[in-house]
This record gives sequence, structure tokens and C-alpha cells, in this order.
Amino acid sequence: MAQTATTTGGRARTRGRAARYSAFDIVRRGVTHSEWPRSFNEHELRATYDVVIVGAGVHGLACAYYLAVNHGITNVAVLEKSYMGGGGSGRNTAIIRSNYLTPEGVRFYDRSVKLYEKLSVDLNYNVMFSQRGHLTLAHNDASLRTMNWRAEVNKLQGIDSSVIDAKEVGRIVPYLDVSADTRYPILGALYHPPGGIIRHDAVNWGYARAATHLGVEIHQQTEVLGIDTAGSKVTGVRTSRGNISTSMVINCTAGWASTISDMVDLKMPLVTHPLQAAVTEPVKVFLPAVIVSGSLHVYVSQTDRGELVFGASVDPYPSYSMRGSLEFTEGLAAHILELIPSISSLKLLRQWAGLCDMTPDYSPIMGVTPVEGFLVDVGWGTYGFKAGPVAGEQMAQLIATGRTPDLIAAFDLARFADGRLVGEKGAASVGH
Amino acid sequence: MLLIDCPYCGPRNSTEFRHAGEAGKSRDLASATPAQWRRYLYEYDNPLGWVRESWFHSAGCRRYLSSERHTGTNEVRWVVPFGTAAPSSTTDEETSR
Repeated sequence: MAQTATTTGGRARTRGRAARYSAFDIVRRGVTHSEWPRSFNEHELRATYDVVIVGAGVHGLACAYYLAVNHGITNVAVLEKSYMGGGGSGRNTAIIRSNYLTPEGVRFYDRSVKLYEKLSVDLNYNVMFSQRGHLTLAHNDASLRTMNWRAEVNKLQGIDSSVIDAKEVGRIVPYLDVSADTRYPILGALYHPPGGIIRHDAVNWGYARAATHLGVEIHQQTEVLGIDTAGSKVTGVRTSRGNISTSMVINCTAGWASTISDMVDLKMPLVTHPLQAAVTEPVKVFLPAVIVSGSLHVYVSQTDRGELVFGASVDPYPSYSMRGSLEFTEGLAAHILELIPSISSLKLLRQWAGLCDMTPDYSPIMGVTPVEGFLVDVGWGTYGFKAGPVAGEQMAQLIATGRTPDLIAAFDLARFADGRLVGEKGAASVGH
Repeated sequence: MLLIDCPYCGPRNSTEFRHAGEAGKSRDLASATPAQWRRYLYEYDNPLGWVRESWFHSAGCRRYLSSERHTGTNEVRWVVPFGTAAPSSTTDEETSR
């Protein structure tokens, strides 16, 4: 191969220059009809890498990008059995927020919001982050109490988050039914102005493009078949395109995390459930914020194209099947019409499912494992996409320095054996 | 969409049932250490393949059932009353990942 030899952590690799996207460039190429350069390159699989990342979703790609840009580690392969961003990273409902319940969770997700805020500039790729505000509705006293709890924890961490009453909710979102004579009246909401939605594919592609131009290799259609160990130490990875020798493997496969961890005989506290979502035909913009209702098990936002994107709670039994169900559509329609009766004649365009690796405490599992050189960035349940940048950044720091950063220390795998759970159920999902 | 053939009630939609977890997990109440308890509570096989599990027919006969299901296709191979031996047609080899 023509590439120059690399050393661990070396910056010696030859790099392709990324074409800088700009308004000027659009005009120039429009006038001259010149081709745009490729965003991603295809590579032959080499025999050795310093770091092998399994899974080219937002977590794997972000990890690869921050390894290269923050730590100069570019001899990295990202292996993907299907196509880039084809799992949860392309199937989520693209909601970004940091109004969690535990102090550990709040500061972690807030770092992610901060990274997302400047991601378009960092990656030179428009990720269309729209911080339009996020409302978590309370329909009973118990949820109102949790909202107040969350608001206080959030404020202590300096996050814009407060409880507002039903009248204020109706002022922000006029189409919501805030009257008292509904089955589940809206009593108030947790209002989180920095929350919003993003173009999730753009985040994946932006990270992939930036990482690839820094020298990272992304191998799509490359399935990991096994991980070789010698004396509980990782020595290599067997893939559908050949074997790789490496001492460092990162499991970033979310819903499929158990199948990869099984390869090193590591039993994980994970159960994979499908989570279904749906989208309507596009209509004029009328929904100014992200609406979440825990009691009604539904959340909705309107994309820049005008479609309403709905999500729900996870399916009630574990499965790796991503087929949609009629129960989901019926339940979704019934619940969303409780909130916004005026959209009753809107048509659903499509529904789909993604896989969520649920943990017992609704917090992720990140860091080292008993197998040396096998790191995990899993347990992303229903909240993986919003944590992509911070997880990538922190995992990259762990790989480069060998020390677990403070920000993710609470989310280690050993917490389940030690009984140090980080209970985030009250803020991480709508399925409770 | 999943159809479960309840041995008491006949084929019913899965919405009538509550999933009661992977089968075969156990701990000795008298002697389990905290570590064993936590493994029992938190660790799962979570296989992509055939899995033996339990269901509670909460909107039907309200009895516990054992089944074998493929988590990739949701095909249910058999359902028997809880505590009944698995049908002999399936071997452990087939059920292991």
C-alpha cells in the first residue's frame, strides 16, 4: 500500500484534503460545472490498525473523528456490517436535549449539546441544529413533581430548564389542547429552550467526511465475525473481508452490542428492544417546539420539511426485528390526537423501527471491561443519538490517555457489580 | 405483530401478554452473594437467535407460559405451560447461540 508507515498515535499519515464547503464554492462550481470531490473514500482492509471501532453510527464515527482531531490517532478503522448511519443513528427522532434527572447525566448530555451547537462549524458541514425548545408535558401530579425535581437539578448545573403552567404551554404551542376537559389534561411542562432537533444523517455524514479526510478508514459492508483474544487481551478482529491485527477494539454497536460483546465472552446488562417511529406527510410549519408526553408515551416534532416526526416507547418485548406493528400506529394516533386534535386528517407517510439496547438504570455503559483492549460505548437505549458527540469525544480521550475521563466515570460497566446505578428512568424515556 | 399460541386460551395477540424475561436464570436465595444477586438481576444473554423465555397472559388466563422464540424473526417455535418440560423436538444445541 502506498500509505506511509504509522506509529501508534502518530501524525505521519498522508491525508487527503477535504474540500471546504462554502457559499462561494457553491457559486463557483455552479458557474464552472465542476465536480464535487468525493466525501468518503473506499479502502482496502489493511492487516493492522491501532484502533478498530465496530459500528459506523454517530458514536463510532464521532469517536474516530475525535481520535484523529484531538489526539492525532489516525490509524483507525471503523467497521460497519451494513451502511454508515443505517442503525439507530439514522432511525432516531433526532431530538437533542440535556434536561436529565441525575447530575451525572445532566452534565454529560449538556456537554453534548455544547458540542452540537458548534458542530456545523467544526465539521464544515451543515447539521441543521434547530434549538427550538423542548417541552415535556405533565399530565398528573407525580410527573409534575418529577419535572420540578429535574428543573432544580438542571438549574444547579446551569442549564436553562424550568417548569411552566398549562397556560404558558398553550402560548408557546397554540395547537396543543390545553383545556381541562380532556382525558389527560396538561397540568404544566418542563420547558427546556436549548433543546431541539437536528438532521441526523448530516451528523453522521459530517463526522464521516471529517474523519475520513483526517486519515481514518471507514469500511462499510464489513461485518465483524469474531474477536481474537490471548489471555483476556484483544489481539485481533475477524471480519467478512479478512482478518485484522489490533490491540484495541471499541464496541459502538448499540442495539447489536450484546452480539459483539459475546465474541469476547462478556455478558452485558443489556436487553435489545425495537423502538418504532413514524412520519406524516409534510404540512406548513405550525409546531414551534418539540413536544414530549411521558404519560401518553409519545413525542412529536416538525422537521424543516414540514413533516411531523413521532416516536413512542420501546416495544414491550425484546427483539432484533425491525418490522413495524399496527399496535404502534393505532396507539400513536390515539395518543397524539389527545394532544393535537386538529391533525386528525393528516396522513402517515411511513413508519420504521430501530434497535435500543436498554440498560437496567437507563444510563449508558462506557469505558473499560475485564477484557483488556475491549472498550464499550453501549447501553444507548432510547437516548443514543443526542449523546453521539460527547460519547465520541470522551471515548477518544479514554483510548488516547488510557484514563477514564471524569465525565463518563459514573457510567462504567463495573457499576452493576458494585451497585452504583445511575437511575435515569425518570428523564430518559417515555415508556414508564 | 406477534401471535402467541396460549396452551389454555389458543392463539392470541402478544398485546394480551406481558413479557416476563429470559428463562433459566436462577440464584440460590439462601446463599447468593451480592455479586451473584446482581448478575441475576442485571445480566442478560440478549441473543440474536432462539431464546427461551416466559410470558404472563395478563389479559387472558393470567397464567405463566414458557416459550421459545427467534428474536430476529419473532417466530415462536412452541409455547407450553410454565414449568412444563420443553418439547423434545428442540435440542439444547439448537437453542444455544
